[in-house]
Amino acid sequence: MSTAEHAETNRRDFLYIATGSVAAVGAALAAWPFINQMNPDASVLALASVEIDLAPIAEGQEITIKWRGNPVFIRHRLAAEIEAAGKVAMTDLKDPLARNANLPDADPATDANRVVGGKEQYLVMMGVCTHLGCVPIGNEGEFAVVEGNTKHGGWFCPCHGSMYDTAGRIRKGPAPENLHIPQYAYLSDSKIRIG
Amino acid sequence: MSGHASNYQPKSAFAKWFHARLPIMDMVQGQVLDFPTPKNLNYFYTFGGILAVMLVIQIITGVVLVMHYTPHVDMAFNSVEHIMRDVNSGWMLRYMHANGASMFFIAVYIHMFRGMYYGSYKAPREVLWMIGVLIYLVMMATAFMGYVLPWGQMSFWGAKVITSLFSAIPFVGDSLTTLLWGGYSVDNPTLNRFFSLHYLLPFVIAGLVVLHVWALHVVGNNNPTGVSVKSAQDTVPFSPYYTVKDAFAIVIFLMFYAAWVFFAPNYLGHAINYQEANPLVTPAHIVPEWYYLPFYAILRAIPDKLGGVIAMFGSILILFALPWLDTSKVRSGNYRPIFRQFFWLFVINCIILGFAGSGAPDNYFLSHEAAPPEQWALTYKLVGQICTAYYFAHFLVILPLIGLLETPKPLPASISDAVLAKSHPSTAHVPAE
Amino acid sequence: MTILKTLAIAAAGLVLSLGAAQAEGQKTAKDISFSFEWPFGHFDRAQLQRGYKVYKEVCSNCHAMHQMSFRNLSQPGGPEFSDEQVKALAAGFQVKDGPNNDGDMFERPGLPSDRFPSPFANEQAARAANGGAYPPDLSLITKSRPGWYGTINQLINGIGGPQYVYSVLTGYTPDDQLTEELKKEQPEGKYHNPYFANGHWIGMPPPLSDDAVTFDDGTPSTVDQMARDVSAFLAWTAEPKMEERKRTGFMVLIFLGVLALLLYLTKKKVWANVH
Repeated sequence: MSTAEHAETNRRDFLYIATGSVAAVGAALAAWPFINQMNPDASVLALASVEIDLAPIAEGQEITIKWRGNPVFIRHRLAAEIEAAGKVAMTDLKDPLARNANLPDADPATDANRVVGGKEQYLVMMGVCTHLGCVPIGNEGEFAVVEGNTKHGGWFCPCHGSMYDTAGRIRKGPAPENLHIPQYAYLSDSKIRIG
Repeated sequence: MSGHASNYQPKSAFAKWFHARLPIMDMVQGQVLDFPTPKNLNYFYTFGGILAVMLVIQIITGVVLVMHYTPHVDMAFNSVEHIMRDVNSGWMLRYMHANGASMFFIAVYIHMFRGMYYGSYKAPREVLWMIGVLIYLVMMATAFMGYVLPWGQMSFWGAKVITSLFSAIPFVGDSLTTLLWGGYSVDNPTLNRFFSLHYLLPFVIAGLVVLHVWALHVVGNNNPTGVSVKSAQDTVPFSPYYTVKDAFAIVIFLMFYAAWVFFAPNYLGHAINYQEANPLVTPAHIVPEWYYLPFYAILRAIPDKLGGVIAMFGSILILFALPWLDTSKVRSGNYRPIFRQFFWLFVINCIILGFAGSGAPDNYFLSHEAAPPEQWALTYKLVGQICTAYYFAHFLVILPLIGLLETPKPLPASISDAVLAKSHPSTAHVPAE
Repeated sequence: MTILKTLAIAAAGLVLSLGAAQAEGQKTAKDISFSFEWPFGHFDRAQLQRGYKVYKEVCSNCHAMHQMSFRNLSQPGGPEFSDEQVKALAAGFQVKDGPNNDGDMFERPGLPSDRFPSPFANEQAARAANGGAYPPDLSLITKSRPGWYGTINQLINGIGGPQYVYSVLTGYTPDDQLTEELKKEQPEGKYHNPYFANGHWIGMPPPLSDDAVTFDDGTPSTVDQMARDVSAFLAWTAEPKMEERKRTGFMVLIFLGVLALLLYLTKKKVWANVH
């Protein structure tokens, strides 16, 4: 090819490549809002955090609140429940990991790692069975603390028989993981924010 | 399809394997890339491509809007506001869809007027034209139902007025209207079914567009001279010539579209539609969207309710007969000096007809002042009546007569000759048959 | 081009903008200017904050604003109160919630995620408390009330919604200027306001008077100032995404302009040898 033709081809190709690239970039920029509109919208994000006052929850009582569409168990544990949870050896646990969103993934499922230091009496965890998503029933199962005729703590999932102990850890049944602890923090002595 | 063989040769093993099972690349090469297209098409011919792009945009924005919209009378209005305020980029999607409809109609009117000017409806393109009119009808139904969905005051009252028209039909009118409403007035059942049909019809339009392009490819494109393609010299392959030209025209159109969406998003609509529908309060002026105004004027021009309905639908149905109403043997308005003047008069008439549909019938034309009822006055209604008469006269009287009485200018021998004559005006061209 | 063709294309330009006829008797709104008009306009944060105060202390006694939530007050493009301010603001309201475990509805302090509370439970209660007239919801008032009409007029000057609100708020005919004739036809409980869209008699008494609201930034709260500020605030509640819209539009048009130029050059190149 002569120099003139070569230069001509280069200029032409450059123009075509430039046009094609700009068009491709434009298409990508245009496509993004259509995909992003499926992300949670502002009204959903507004409900992404919830603040709970723990003071009304008496010892031995539990409340269930809805957060991001799922139930969250907040239990004010008895001393006996905390003690029972602390006595369990790590090797006895089906799932050795803490499953606590506030701690590193690899942390072990000690009772201390299932709560916040200094607030061991409050157990905050997702009320969603890690097997297939049913809501476990509280104060039930073989791992509850029994006083006379009353069971305290422990959870039993009626769908397929999973049983969780007084720290919400899976001990028996088909569920693979401990009940998850959501991201939460204490805003004051008796108030937490979840999410 | 058009009998035009493709040069497609599958190169890779996969391409050969696939080609033996579904020769789609062959079809793309023949019908899109290599398709011989007259080389003299001007920018009025880019509106088909623009329309295809607008259809895709409306479908995509529509589908994502439906992810957030609730078609129930108690929630529809609020769901649209939710889209505008909370959904990520929701305001943009909504404005794109609403203004996209107006852009769609601007493009379709230019496309139709192009066809009327260049005689693209004449033999052998009658079926192509008629499929086009059918597409236009389905577009109007789609847009009408879509406007009802936000459930604003104009949504509700526009729906009420237009669906009530069906009661004018003798014998079956009332039952038909009750059937359409799903009740005794426009209410939740009506909204739900309009939602369902509004989602469905664009895909019907897409199917009709496939037929439309198929019909086009069988007979080949018309062109500004109206002279048929004589040889390969008259054509260029569709790609890259017209893919690039269409792309440029589409981007210019998108700039026009973007100006509306981002800087005047509510101008083409009605302010009152930002009030939630109230079946007990009628707005002072019920008007349809701008693209229906000419037909609204025709509807109101005839004093009788049924007569108005017949005239309104008749004004669109008459388009089906256009290939036979125009008696001229010459296609393009470029070579028909008398026809050309009447064509522009027709365009102006349609525009005036649009204004005639925009105001209260008894007000002076282009004013908000009411005219005294007893005396003659140039009211919106009177202008509408004159223009309606002219509209039908154009098709039923003027076009047939011009075809018979007009002496057309001499046609070029071929498209190539016409193109050469344009770039080298000194070259004399042989007058054609 | 023939004369007819030119006329047709000019008329086609007009047809894009067919406006409705003027509502009977509504006086054209006073055309004051706002900071957010025109393609490069944007809201004045301080004005929006003052406007919110006017809404809260004056208008919200009768007018609901169903589309707004407290959290909107801190989002970008609006008054941009801080998150703490919004939390405190919301907590100052009692919001209905429930049912509780006894099946009863109860009241609790507002959260940022709550909607603005309505002054009345429903439209009927609102009408009953206001002599049969319904104080309209103000969320979209500036998008639903044209201040003026006219095809080209609205294209250039907008629909004049904020100007309509300003005009109504400042347009009451003082008692001493009412003619005898008007005094005779004055309906019970109505006030004369030529800017009102639905006839000249409005059910709302003049809501603003000088110093009705004390502005935190010290701006003198004349009726004119309060009317401007609350109209701007209402323009924001109707279009919280306006600034984002104009910003995005500018970038889109620039981008498309560059692409159009490249495509034009490409087209010229491709077609260079055709003839």
